[in-house]
Amino acid sequence: MTTTQEISLQTEPFVLNMGPLHPSTHGVYRMRVTLDGEVVLDIEPMFGYLHRGIEKLMEERTYTGCIPLTDRLDYASAMGNNLAYCVAVEKLAKIRVPERGEYIRVITAEMIRIANHCLAVGSMLNDAGALGTPFFYLWNEREKLYDLFEMLCGQRVLHNYIRIGGVSQDLPDEFLPALEKFVPQLHKFINEFEFFLKQNEILIARAQGVGVLPKDVALNCGISGPLARASGIKRDLRKDDPYSVYDRFEFDIPTAENGDCYDRYRVRMEEMKQSLHIIDQAIKKVPGGPFRAKVPQIIRPPAGEAYGHIEGPKGELGFYLVSDNSIAPYRCHIRSTSFINLTALRQMVKGWKIADLIVIFGSIDITMGEVDR
Amino acid sequence: MTTALSAKEIVSKLSAEFPDAVKEAGADSVLVKSASLPAVTEYLKTADGLKFDYINYITAIDYYDYFEVVYMMTSTEYNRSVTLKTRCETRNRPTVPSLAGIYQGADWQEREVYDLMGITFKGHPNMKRVFLWEGFDGHPLRKDWNK
Amino acid sequence: MEIDENKEYIYDSYQLDCDEGKIIEQMKASTKKSIPDPADWIDADLKRNIVLTSLDWVIDWARRSSLWTAICYPACCGMEWMATLAPRFDGSRFGMEIMRASPRQADLLITAGTLTWKMAPNVRRIYNQMAEPKWVIAMGACGISGGIFRSGYNVVPGYNKIIPVDVYVPGCPPRPEALLYGIQQLQKKIGRAKAVPDLSELPNPLNELPNPLKKDKKK
Repeated sequence: MTTTQEISLQTEPFVLNMGPLHPSTHGVYRMRVTLDGEVVLDIEPMFGYLHRGIEKLMEERTYTGCIPLTDRLDYASAMGNNLAYCVAVEKLAKIRVPERGEYIRVITAEMIRIANHCLAVGSMLNDAGALGTPFFYLWNEREKLYDLFEMLCGQRVLHNYIRIGGVSQDLPDEFLPALEKFVPQLHKFINEFEFFLKQNEILIARAQGVGVLPKDVALNCGISGPLARASGIKRDLRKDDPYSVYDRFEFDIPTAENGDCYDRYRVRMEEMKQSLHIIDQAIKKVPGGPFRAKVPQIIRPPAGEAYGHIEGPKGELGFYLVSDNSIAPYRCHIRSTSFINLTALRQMVKGWKIADLIVIFGSIDITMGEVDR
Repeated sequence: MTTALSAKEIVSKLSAEFPDAVKEAGADSVLVKSASLPAVTEYLKTADGLKFDYINYITAIDYYDYFEVVYMMTSTEYNRSVTLKTRCETRNRPTVPSLAGIYQGADWQEREVYDLMGITFKGHPNMKRVFLWEGFDGHPLRKDWNK
Repeated sequence: MEIDENKEYIYDSYQLDCDEGKIIEQMKASTKKSIPDPADWIDADLKRNIVLTSLDWVIDWARRSSLWTAICYPACCGMEWMATLAPRFDGSRFGMEIMRASPRQADLLITAGTLTWKMAPNVRRIYNQMAEPKWVIAMGACGISGGIFRSGYNVVPGYNKIIPVDVYVPGCPPRPEALLYGIQQLQKKIGRAKAVPDLSELPNPLNELPNPLKKDKKK
C-alpha cells in the first residue's frame, strides 16, 4: 500500500528549453535540459544559431582578406584570433616576423587576455547572483583597455591589427607611456577586487565544489585553457610550444587542483596578474626596427598544409590551413576553443540544480561566435 | 616545444603492431587505412612511450577525388604531437570509423565534419547535424556544393 | 443561555442600525455635491506648474522616455551594446538601462548581431511576443544587410527581411556613441508619431449595423 508520502516523492522528469535568447547563455546557445524538479538529469546542447559559415567564406578570400573574418570568431578577444591565424599563415608560407613586430604582438595578445578575463569573470559573477556591480567594475577596466586598442588601431572591439608578417601599423608614440601608466593601476584594481571576493561567502557557497571537472575527463574531452588548468592539467602553449617570443619572458602558469567553478575564477584572476607581468617585461624590451616583414598584400604560399596554434584567452586556438598555391586558402579549419570546451559541460552539470547549471556554464567562458563559427 | 613525432618513428612502431595499417608516411603525417584507424588510435593513446591522450582537432578536406580526414593528437606527458590521416574514395556516402569511443572530445567534432562535409562516422552514438538544421540541402564545405 | 434584560450590553442593535444609516446618508449627501472647480481651490503655487498640452505629446513623451529593450544580442555588436549600458556611456541617461529578458515587457528590440536562418524563427517570435507599440533598431552592418557575412550560406541579409526596422545604425560594430545617436533618432521618430487615433477617420460602427426599418420597407 502506498502512503501519501511515497506518492509525493514520485516525480516525473520534464524537458525545459533554455535559449537561444536567454540572458545568461552568453549569446545564442540553446540547450534542452531534462529536469527532475530542480535537479538537472541531462542536457542536450544545440548549436548553429550563429553559424555564419566562416570556413566557407575563407575559401573565397585572399589570405590577408581572411583576417577580418577571424576577428568575428571570438569577438570578446579579437586580437588573439588575428594572432592565431597569422601564426598559421606564417608557418605555411615560412615568413619570419621582425623582432619589434613580435614584441608588439605579445603585448597586444596579453592585453586582450586581460580584457577577455575581465569579461569572463564579470559574467560568471553576474550568473552567480552578483548582478551588475562586479561586472560593471570589470567592464570599466575593459573600457580602459579598449581606449588603448583604439589608440593602436582605431577600433575598439574588432581590431584587425595583426597582419601576416607583423602588425598593420607601428605603435604610436603615446602608446607605451599610456600602457606603462595603466599596468600598475590595473594591478592595484585586481588586488582590490580579489580582496572583496576571495573570502566572499556567497561566491564560495555558489562556486566552491560546484561543477567539478576531473582531470582525466578534461584531458579526454580535449579541454584546454584556464578550464583545464583549474582541473590540474599544467599545459600552456606559451610554455609548452612557444610561438612568437614567449620563450623570452618569465611567467608562471597558475593551476588549481579541485577543478570547480571557484578554481576557474581563481585561475583567471591569477592569469591576469601574470599577463600584467609579461606586459611589464615586454614594455622594457621593445626593440626598434621594422614592425612588419616585407610581405605582399596577396601571397601565394607553397602547396602544403600547416597547423598554427596559440594559447588564446580561452585555450588552444588553432587554424589548420591547406594551400594549393593559389591566393586563397584551399581549406581552413578552425579549432575553436569554446566549441571543444563545451564538450564537458554535460558531465559537469549532471546532478546539480538548475541554478548551478547557470554558474557552471558561466565559468566555462564561451563565445558563441567561436562555437558556431 | 611540442615536437611533431617524425613519421619514421611512428611507422617503425606501428608496423610492428599493425603490419598493413600504414599506407603512406609523409613528412609529418601518417596515412592510415580507415578500417584500422580505431585500433591504431587506441594503440597510440595507451602504448607506453606514446600516450597521445589529448585530441587537438578533427577535420576533413575535399580533394574532389577523395576526402581526407585529419586527426591531430598530442601527448601531454611527452609533449609530442602526431597527425593521422585517412581517406575515403567515394563521394556518395563516404564512411570512416568513429573515434568517439576512444576520445570524448571527438564526439562533437565528428558531428561537425558530418554536418559540413557529409562524412559519416560509423559507430558514432549520435550522428546528426550539429550546426545546420535537419533538412538542409547538402553539405556546404564540399567543393562542389553550390547555393 | 438566558438574556438578562436588566444588563446593558455594549452593542445595542438599534443603535448600530442608526449608525449604519448615518453612513449611508453621509455618502448619499457627498455624491450630490458638485465637483469643485480646480481654479477655486488650487493654490497659486500649484497653478503656475500646470501646462496645457496635447494628449499626443504626453503619450509620445512617456513612450520615448522609457524604452525598455528586449534581449537579442546574437554576436559581436552585443559587446558594444553592453558598453552602451555600462557606466561609461550610461544608456540610462536616455531611459533605457533596463534589459528585459521577457519580450512581453519590452518595447524596443536592438538587434545586435548577425542573423542566421536557423535563428530567424526565434527572432520573429520574440518580435511577435513584444507588446504594441514596439520599435526595432537594426544595429551593425550584419543587422542592416548581412555585412561581411552577406554571402554566407546561413546568413539572412538584414533583419528587415523578417521584421520591420525603424532605425539603422551602421558600423561593424557601431561605437556606443553611434548607438546612442540611433536611439535618439528613434526617440525623435516616436515624438512625431500620432499616439491618439483621429476619431473622425474611424469607421462608425453604427453605420455598418443593418437597419431593420429599411428592410421592412423593401418588403
